[in-house]
Amino acid sequence: MSTIETDTAHGHGGAHADRHPNLVHHFDDMEQQREAGTLGMWWFLLTEIMFFGGMILAYTVYRHMYFDAFAHGSNVLSIWWGAFNTVVLIGSSLTMAMAVWHAQHGNSKKIVFFLLFTIVLGSIFLRVKYIEYHDKFTEHVFPAGSFQWPIVHESNRPNNLGDLLLMLVWIEPLNTDQSASGAVAEKAPAMEKAPTAEMEQGPAMRGEIDRTMQDQSFAGHVRMYFWLYFVMTGFHALHMVIGIGLLLVLAWQANRGKFSKEYHSYIELTGLYWHFVDIVWIFLFPLLYLVDRHL
Amino acid sequence: MNGEPLNYLNNGHGIRSWLLTKDHKRIAILYLISVAFFFSVGGVYALLIRINLLTPGGVFEPDTYNRIFTTHGVIMVFLFLVPAVPAILGNFLLPIMIGAKDLAFPKINLLSWYCYVFAGIFLVVAIVAGGVDTGWTFYTPYSTSYSNSNVLLAGIGIFIAGFSSILTGINFIVTVHTMRAPGMTWFRLPLFIWAHYATALVIMLGTPVLAITVSLMALERVAHVGIFDPAMGGDPVLFQHMFWFYSHPAVYIMVLPAMGVVSELIANMSRKNIFGYKFVAMSSLAIAVFGFLVWGHHLFVATQSVYLGIIFSFLSYAVAIPSAIKVFNWTATLFRGSISYDTPMLYALGFIFLFLIGGLTGLFLAALGIDVHVTDTYFVIAHFHYVMVGGSLMGFLGGMHLWWGKMTGRMYPEFWARAATIVQFVGFNLTFFPQFILGYLGMPRRYAAYPPEFQTLHVLSTAGASILGFGVAMTIFYFIWSLKYGKRAPADPWGAPGLEWRIPSPPPTENFTELPVVTWEAYEFASVPELKEAEAAASNG
Repeated sequence: MSTIETDTAHGHGGAHADRHPNLVHHFDDMEQQREAGTLGMWWFLLTEIMFFGGMILAYTVYRHMYFDAFAHGSNVLSIWWGAFNTVVLIGSSLTMAMAVWHAQHGNSKKIVFFLLFTIVLGSIFLRVKYIEYHDKFTEHVFPAGSFQWPIVHESNRPNNLGDLLLMLVWIEPLNTDQSASGAVAEKAPAMEKAPTAEMEQGPAMRGEIDRTMQDQSFAGHVRMYFWLYFVMTGFHALHMVIGIGLLLVLAWQANRGKFSKEYHSYIELTGLYWHFVDIVWIFLFPLLYLVDRHL
Repeated sequence: MNGEPLNYLNNGHGIRSWLLTKDHKRIAILYLISVAFFFSVGGVYALLIRINLLTPGGVFEPDTYNRIFTTHGVIMVFLFLVPAVPAILGNFLLPIMIGAKDLAFPKINLLSWYCYVFAGIFLVVAIVAGGVDTGWTFYTPYSTSYSNSNVLLAGIGIFIAGFSSILTGINFIVTVHTMRAPGMTWFRLPLFIWAHYATALVIMLGTPVLAITVSLMALERVAHVGIFDPAMGGDPVLFQHMFWFYSHPAVYIMVLPAMGVVSELIANMSRKNIFGYKFVAMSSLAIAVFGFLVWGHHLFVATQSVYLGIIFSFLSYAVAIPSAIKVFNWTATLFRGSISYDTPMLYALGFIFLFLIGGLTGLFLAALGIDVHVTDTYFVIAHFHYVMVGGSLMGFLGGMHLWWGKMTGRMYPEFWARAATIVQFVGFNLTFFPQFILGYLGMPRRYAAYPPEFQTLHVLSTAGASILGFGVAMTIFYFIWSLKYGKRAPADPWGAPGLEWRIPSPPPTENFTELPVVTWEAYEFASVPELKEAEAAASNG
């Protein structure tokens, strides 16, 4: 909430010589000002919970109705990318918490360092998200436009940490061809050869699933899954972008020595926001990536 | 200037000093002007609806008529009823009543007004570009798949209007929690504040759900994956659940602040402490909580299971309890009060009478069997207009009269105000009472034409609407007139105990020159130092 009152007490400072320069005119003391900001942020986060809650409700209803389609959709996502991003975001929460800690102790240089560290981790998250979105477009599972199911040509997926790091910096993995064809070869049979899956998984339903897979309606339900995937991760990514924007402003301000032991509530409030966005992802990751992974 | 003491109105001049103000009182005035504008637009559309229904065949094309009633509904709900009392009266009075210099986040408060304006612009563009024809409820799959009107623009407008409410809500909650003056304990808060606190709770928990619902609707309209389209495996009722999870509590966003106003009107106009203060305060919170548990009564005929229907029916009855507590306590307050029949009191009595009818017919609708009979008929229209117009509008106008002197420094003309109140009351009842009968006889809502045997009742209703429109126009006219010709308002024209009457009219920018210390209960007329002195002077003289 970057819009919280930032003015210094112009015109009122004279009357109250001992007022902190960052204390806004309508508050009595710094404690009251800080309490108001914190309470406001917590209430704002409550509205955010209700906002994401609406999406999670819609997801839950359709996952219940079309579980098999959702499972097939989920298995297209790369668990490597998702898990890596989860680790990155949790790491960014740690660096954010460090920034807040240093703000509370008035170490301006450390604040800047940890805010920038947090920004870097947030950007890595968005970079991965970009790769994943890009893959979904080329695989024609983006829910608007030329949606196609089943996938004809699957994009590269990282199969180990090394691949993942290479792909992160836009370098194709060394064994591109094998891993690409390998991925299709691994996936494709699981989808087409019903009996194998049936024997492995046990439930007789598997055959049923694979028959209905041919249906138009099954493809339509997978499309619903991807629509929800894009809506939920899209709104989450939007929050990340806003968060990085806030952090950039804070890092700039901290560098100019704006914050002190007495006055650093913006950093705390942005920290609350950042942790919240992190927690949203911790819900989204299992909901979207981990549906029936042993398909 | 002109020798006038410095107050919030003459402290700074020019358009910039208004558009960039952070003073909650000036923002309230900005809201007043813009809300009044959209109220007038919505009112014109209401008259167009009534003109169309003068004859069984209708005047407009059915497709045009769809756009007219949608525009009326969207503008009145999102741009008038939701912001009217909180953003105007609440914004102006909430900090003063608790003894604060401003709301906690003045810039956010200003941002909230800009959100409102942008929402208004989007909705106006949607109307000018051809209108919206879905009804204010945007039911799917019509809104997502079939309507060829400006659903997206209207959806964006509503999304932004939601931000405006949320920002106001955050400000109210934080201000009440952290900025009360010394001695202003929770149970010394005026009931106006309790009502606004409860309203803010509903705004904060409900509005984000509307935001995501409208977003999903808009994204589905773009992508067409069939998320709400039964033909493609989607569930249109999911939309209805999510929509009413906000829109039923939204009814309480509209009426709770008006109830807060009525508590002030009744106490100040009968010069008595509100009977059962704590019950009235807690009933606001109870309404806020119960309000979230009754949305299913909008889905009695929408494939909802009967068992769920029974639960929602029961919970809907339960909301009547806190509402009735308020009405009983207001009437008990009147008992042996020294009642003044000035305009604010007339509005308060009008509110009680009309809200009673609106509330009781709500019980009819909460009953499963009757609801099946009258679903989507004019009975429903009449019911919610009794609550929304008879309740919220009457409360809003009553509050405007009580605090007009405080806001502008000028008193309204008492004679004309009483006359207008009575005209509005008569016009309102003539408009909407026949609609109960129409609905019970089977006249469906949103129809552009009807069988000839309904014409008499429709003509009565249209006649009433003209009278109501005339009454409201009278009020707008004499309010504007009073800005120049009204008597100067004293600091405390009503001899009332609230903190807002302890400071000059209009108040200075900082509200209080020195920090107030509260030593009396909310409506303890005998304990306010100034009132005591005045009384002593009167008895001595």
